[in-house]
Amino acid sequence: MINASLKQLSAALAAKKLSAVEMATIFLDRIEKFNPALNAFITTDRAKTLAQARAADESRKVGAGGTAISPLCGIPLAHKDIFCTRGWRTTCGSKILADFVSPYDANVVEKLAAAGMVTLGKLNMDEFAMGSSNESSYFGPVKNPWDVSCVPGGSSGGSAAAIAARLTPAATGTDTGGSIRQPAALCGLTGLKPTYGVVSRYGMIAFASSLDQAGPMAKSAEDCTLLLNAMAGFDARDSTSLERTPEDYSRDLDKPLAGLRIGLPKEFFGEGMDTDVRAAVEAALTEYRKLGATTVEVRLPNSGLSVPAYYVIAPAEASSNLSRFDGVRYGHRAAEYDDLAEMYSRSRAQGFGAEVKRRILIGTYVLSHGYYDAYYLQAQKIRRLIAADFVAAFKDCDVIMGPTSPSVAFAFGAKSADPVQMYLSDIYTISTNLAGLPGMSLPCGFGNTQLANPMPVGLQIIGNWFGEAKMLNVAHQYQKVTDWHTRMPEKMR
Amino acid sequence: MSLSLEDVTRIALLSRIELSAGERENTREQLNGILGFIEQLQAVDTSGIAPMSHAVDVVQRLRPDIVTETDRRADFQALAPETEAGLYLVPQVIE
Amino acid sequence: MKWEVVIGLETHAQLQTKSKIFSGSSIAFGAAPNVQASAVDIALPGVLPVLNREAVVCAIKFGLAVGAQIAPRSIFARKNYFYPDLPKGYQISQFETPVVSGGGLMIRVGSGDTATEKFVQLTRAHLEEDAGKSLHEDFQGRTGIDLNRAGTPLLEIVTEPDMRSSAEAVAYAKALHALVQWIGICDGNMQEGSFRCDANVSVRPLGQKEFGTRREIKNLNSFRFMQQAIDFEVQWQINEIEEGRAIRQATVLFDPDSGETRSMRSKEDAHDYRYFPDPDLLPLEITADWIAQVQSGLPELPQAMKTRFESDYGLSSYDAAALTMTRATAEFFEDATAATGKGNGKLCANWVTGELAAHLNKTDMPIEASPVSAAQLAGVIRRIADNTISNKIARDVFEALWSGDGKDADAVIEAKGWKQITDTGAIEALVDEVLAANQKSVDEYRAGKEKAFNALVGQAMKVTKGKANPQQVTDLLKKKLSA
Repeated sequence: MINASLKQLSAALAAKKLSAVEMATIFLDRIEKFNPALNAFITTDRAKTLAQARAADESRKVGAGGTAISPLCGIPLAHKDIFCTRGWRTTCGSKILADFVSPYDANVVEKLAAAGMVTLGKLNMDEFAMGSSNESSYFGPVKNPWDVSCVPGGSSGGSAAAIAARLTPAATGTDTGGSIRQPAALCGLTGLKPTYGVVSRYGMIAFASSLDQAGPMAKSAEDCTLLLNAMAGFDARDSTSLERTPEDYSRDLDKPLAGLRIGLPKEFFGEGMDTDVRAAVEAALTEYRKLGATTVEVRLPNSGLSVPAYYVIAPAEASSNLSRFDGVRYGHRAAEYDDLAEMYSRSRAQGFGAEVKRRILIGTYVLSHGYYDAYYLQAQKIRRLIAADFVAAFKDCDVIMGPTSPSVAFAFGAKSADPVQMYLSDIYTISTNLAGLPGMSLPCGFGNTQLANPMPVGLQIIGNWFGEAKMLNVAHQYQKVTDWHTRMPEKMR
Repeated sequence: MSLSLEDVTRIALLSRIELSAGERENTREQLNGILGFIEQLQAVDTSGIAPMSHAVDVVQRLRPDIVTETDRRADFQALAPETEAGLYLVPQVIE
Repeated sequence: MKWEVVIGLETHAQLQTKSKIFSGSSIAFGAAPNVQASAVDIALPGVLPVLNREAVVCAIKFGLAVGAQIAPRSIFARKNYFYPDLPKGYQISQFETPVVSGGGLMIRVGSGDTATEKFVQLTRAHLEEDAGKSLHEDFQGRTGIDLNRAGTPLLEIVTEPDMRSSAEAVAYAKALHALVQWIGICDGNMQEGSFRCDANVSVRPLGQKEFGTRREIKNLNSFRFMQQAIDFEVQWQINEIEEGRAIRQATVLFDPDSGETRSMRSKEDAHDYRYFPDPDLLPLEITADWIAQVQSGLPELPQAMKTRFESDYGLSSYDAAALTMTRATAEFFEDATAATGKGNGKLCANWVTGELAAHLNKTDMPIEASPVSAAQLAGVIRRIADNTISNKIARDVFEALWSGDGKDADAVIEAKGWKQITDTGAIEALVDEVLAANQKSVDEYRAGKEKAFNALVGQAMKVTKGKANPQQVTDLLKKKLSA
């Protein structure tokens, strides 16, 4: 059961092999058993979860009044704690929101609830999604289920660890610079960041508004397809949500890959990638050639600038987005202060962690008078160059592939002392966010195999704008002939 | 570009983040490390390139002028640190 | 030394929409605190702004009305600063590319025949959201925050530093105030803060090219205060300079009680607003089609109407200006004229700017609330024009209508028996009677005393209680006396 695909879970519910309540209970029990060691969940609420499961059982019984029951009805999932969830504590991994019980639902939460999915709880994350290791959460680091001395990646580290440990069959994540794909890679799962604007950002606590995008995380591409079908779609409450004809992202899943042109950016296969990661990615490419794909070298000449450009743009937007946390209307307020100015600066100093403060300060600086043109405007221009590289590259290929992360999961503390080293963990993922492109990561083997605990390696697929169905097809065909996505850590059985 | 302690103090004030004297020096070093890293952007020739503010090249969709919201003050103020008579309270603002 | 005053105005006009600029909350005035503050308005985590189409329509209307350029693409930016009545920690405004730029307003300074016209150029007008309100009383050293106003749509209208006196500034503010109401984008209610002005004031020696250092007077919420504040500020600046002190750029508030301006204390930390394009809001596109569509729904503008009044009705520039001060006045005048015939335009103008305006002034009433309707006034004017009543009787008829004494002019005339006597036979008999009874006056007139003639006319009018046609009386008297 815990290793079953969403399709299998759906079939089990439809065949009444078990109820949604029973299914939710299995996962709640596992959370109770394994979460203390992993710290993947910040909040669980058995009563709320079971009430939702009962409601799902009820709708499966009585039908949805003429409309078809969603295949996801009754299947449990958990939300990254960045999504506002009505009646649930929504912390964004921060002390400043430690007691914030959301009075409303994010669009993503609403849509998945409308499909009948059952919420198991709220997942740990880097504070305000700022991090690549999940070490910046106010609620403590999340452990990688493959090796608890290693990070799960970030910022959707709780989502990744919970799925890898089979504490939930699926989870939501958000990706601003790789926050779905990198933890998916480090924990051995499949995660997809859609094209910017495909999933509504309403109710998703903003980090960098022009880069943030929510997406599904699960074991397989097929699972992600089902989830994306439920999450995607126009939302009038998000001005950047795109009005497009709804698509069925599963429509191309079974297409053969003969003739597929895979672009391999020269820049993604140079120095900086660990040999074990390289070996696994190369093996995956060999597999793709066997499936009938051809590979072609493409160039993304400005991709090396993506990390520095990102660390201007994202902090700039974040510095402004996080100004609303001022201790006036909600959130942490310092206990002692002499005046308004001190109330602000002390509440924020106490409420935000070190990495968040660093990024606010950097963002404030790059937007400040006299520096705006040199930093912010220059980064926005380079952003256009980076996007233009992709336009050119996609003339020669259908998808782009490469590693998701330069290394497998690293040990706690390995990069936390040097912010820039940490930032470089996202060197292969950030450019897609800058360009607004869809990207995904899928497990393609293990690295670090000389040690006791082999750690998963992720293969990144970057699609053209709105190329989600194609990417999912490409990933699914690979997963039909490989079993990396079905592996789970033995200790979590 | 390297930040001085005065720069750090000014940025912290603009950001409304209290830094103790001890934190300031440490913060200065970290910020300078990051700025040193993003400095490489300066070397790129971007003349004639339009800045890209959004990930998608579409224009703004507009909302019809309809009142859709209802009073949820009680729900919202349940979250507030301090309220009175329906108002959010803060330390005295002096003009 | 002779000093020249330089003034530029920034006006915040609250737009007449139903809902807020970026949320679906009501903007109705006077609600209990924070009941019109939605999740978006109080900036809950995760909420997003969505622009109200009607606010953009208002900006387009304004741009068209002042002959400005309307940007085919404009950008919303964030203006970052911390203040408790600013929930997001930034205000969504427009910075580098505003929706409206250029254009201007013709203003009239002074009154009567000495009035002069002047064109005040506009720099720009941009859309932005209002902040909430800080209430400083009653909370034992705490400030209360009401966010009902947060997110109310504003059009900020900025002039070039074109005005040279407080009178010009007030004339501009009044013209703008009338215009935004005329085109229906702002209710103009200054007490409720729907129309607020900030004045940038500086002085320089007459003939000097460079501007002096300016100080900004914030939140002038009446024309009278604007005049007082600017006059005080100008004198203060001149005194400072003459005493050898340099003016430092500052934001000041006007205290109506003392009549003085004073510097605001809370602005000591230098602002750095860190404007940048709001990533939550894509570029605003305004197509030529959309502009044309708004244009077709726009009423005739005051300047055009004034010109038309002058040519169509032969009105003086002064009368035409007075009649186009507000759209309601112009409509009243046009309605009355239409009902009396175009030839009576001048007569109608005299009545609207004379008797009616005097009555409205005395009772401090807007023309929309006038107890005498345009149709009723037209009724009075028709009876003047066809000699049924004299001008003097007409004023009595108007007075009767004003106090609700009768449904229209004819009814009043009928009821009071005020119909003018125009029958030549009757008037002749009357004149004979007067001549017979006032031999003394007749003698005096014949002896060359012109005044005596007036006394005879007066007698005739008195006997008929003013109902005799004065022209006929005059003519007949002259004829009989010279016979």
